[in-house]
Amino acid sequence: MANSLRGAAAIVGAVDAVSATGRLDRTVAQLEVDMISAALDDAGLTIADVDCVMSNNGMMASLDLAERMGVQGRFTDSTMTGGSSFEVYVEHAAAAISAGLCEVAVIVYAATPRSGTNPFASGGPARDPESPMMMWDLPYGSGLPAAGYSLAARRHMHQYGTTSEQLAQIAVSFREWASMNKNAYSQDIITIEDVLSSTKVAEPLHKLDCCLVTDGAGALVVTSAERARDLAKPGAFILGAGTAHSHGMCVSQMPDVTTTAYSVCGPQAMNMAQITHNDVDVVELYDSFTITALLTLEDLGFCKKGEGGEFVADGRLGPEGALPTNTNGGGLSYTHPGMYGMFVLVEAVRQLRGECGERQVNNVDIALANGCGGLLSCTSTIVLGTEATL
Amino acid sequence: MPRIEPATTPLTEPFWDATRNHQLSAQQCGACSSFVWYPRERCPKCLSDDLTWTNLAGEGTIYSFNIMRKPGNPMMADMVPYVIALVDLDEGIRMTTNIVNAEPESLECGQRVAVDWSVELEDGRRLPTFHPA
Repeated sequence: MANSLRGAAAIVGAVDAVSATGRLDRTVAQLEVDMISAALDDAGLTIADVDCVMSNNGMMASLDLAERMGVQGRFTDSTMTGGSSFEVYVEHAAAAISAGLCEVAVIVYAATPRSGTNPFASGGPARDPESPMMMWDLPYGSGLPAAGYSLAARRHMHQYGTTSEQLAQIAVSFREWASMNKNAYSQDIITIEDVLSSTKVAEPLHKLDCCLVTDGAGALVVTSAERARDLAKPGAFILGAGTAHSHGMCVSQMPDVTTTAYSVCGPQAMNMAQITHNDVDVVELYDSFTITALLTLEDLGFCKKGEGGEFVADGRLGPEGALPTNTNGGGLSYTHPGMYGMFVLVEAVRQLRGECGERQVNNVDIALANGCGGLLSCTSTIVLGTEATL
Repeated sequence: MPRIEPATTPLTEPFWDATRNHQLSAQQCGACSSFVWYPRERCPKCLSDDLTWTNLAGEGTIYSFNIMRKPGNPMMADMVPYVIALVDLDEGIRMTTNIVNAEPESLECGQRVAVDWSVELEDGRRLPTFHPA
């Protein structure tokens, strides 16, 4: 197919650092270089192979980080789209590699909101007082991410009859996966009643509808498919990619709070990959909240709009279900340092490589990795496959 | 009442001045007739710069709402529970606001609401909120 990224590049290194205590005893700067080093080891490459660094931890982040690593790049990316940044980086890396603009890209993320400072404890990261969100949303007491997501949940309930019990089932299913992951922050099995009786945060969302706040870090190495075939470990080949956004940080500007931009980028990525929903063996998605997961599954087309509540209610997403989803436990139970999209990709690669131990899904050939940034603002879908799918 | 006080800019000054007289207003585009929320430099539908401040009726419908049990920012800590809502104004724009002077548990999507001027900012501007109509 002309102008397709299908099969042009692969993720060949994927590592993360997460602790069941939620804390990592290293600085963000230390974690960044440690993760890059570990990801290169995982890939069987060295820093001398790297000609592109992608990171958004600060102004001109990718340049500063490359400088610290001694890398002089020929492609670079400091894009900031919140939690979906890492899917966007994989898309950009695949495009750049496909076009011959670079050959080995490293993507890194580290944050320590649990052992360090959690920006959301003080109303969110510092923002320009003349930004739209600061002028038109924050005066009404938003700022906590749950404030915006609860509006999507309420409207979905009103429009489609979705219930709190159905949303709770999503948290229950992801926790079942987490119970098989020794690095997950929350591993104890929970029930729907546990979710419904947890503290109300922003109704209709309860505490257990909301993601964790933990330290965490990770890194990815992306290179050409040709080079990937020569490496020791199997590559996760990028079969499709898509990114879309519906609004910025003002949730009032989202045309329909029950429909995310996954409805655009999901079909684009799956069409590029030349797959249908039946081909997907495992879904890794950005569950900042239970409602985020539900909207993602609907907008990716796994069920019709409005039918997500029924779709998840039978435990379909869990270890015994038909659609294994968030097999590491997700942002609800595994880790969530603020931008969870890195961990979605790391788990997708691990499932494709068969590295997941007790929680490994059988015969994984196609994995979907989905990132969501802002307030349901910017979504990005990456379709990954084993070499056999090329 | 403590809140994050919204900045006033040259662009938004007419809006805030009108609130001192309990008047809700928004820009309207002379080229495509769209009402615009929030205030912009150009119309987000057609990019025209022919925008004119226009008085609004101050009536609308709750599109969605929540009940904030945990404060969204530390300044709102002593105000919980409070309601953040998206209100569809009859002129065709949607704004983030609070629903005040109502039992949070009694609210519903689709409910009619009217503008409420009971929230005064420190400099005398009013923050438009809504109450059940």
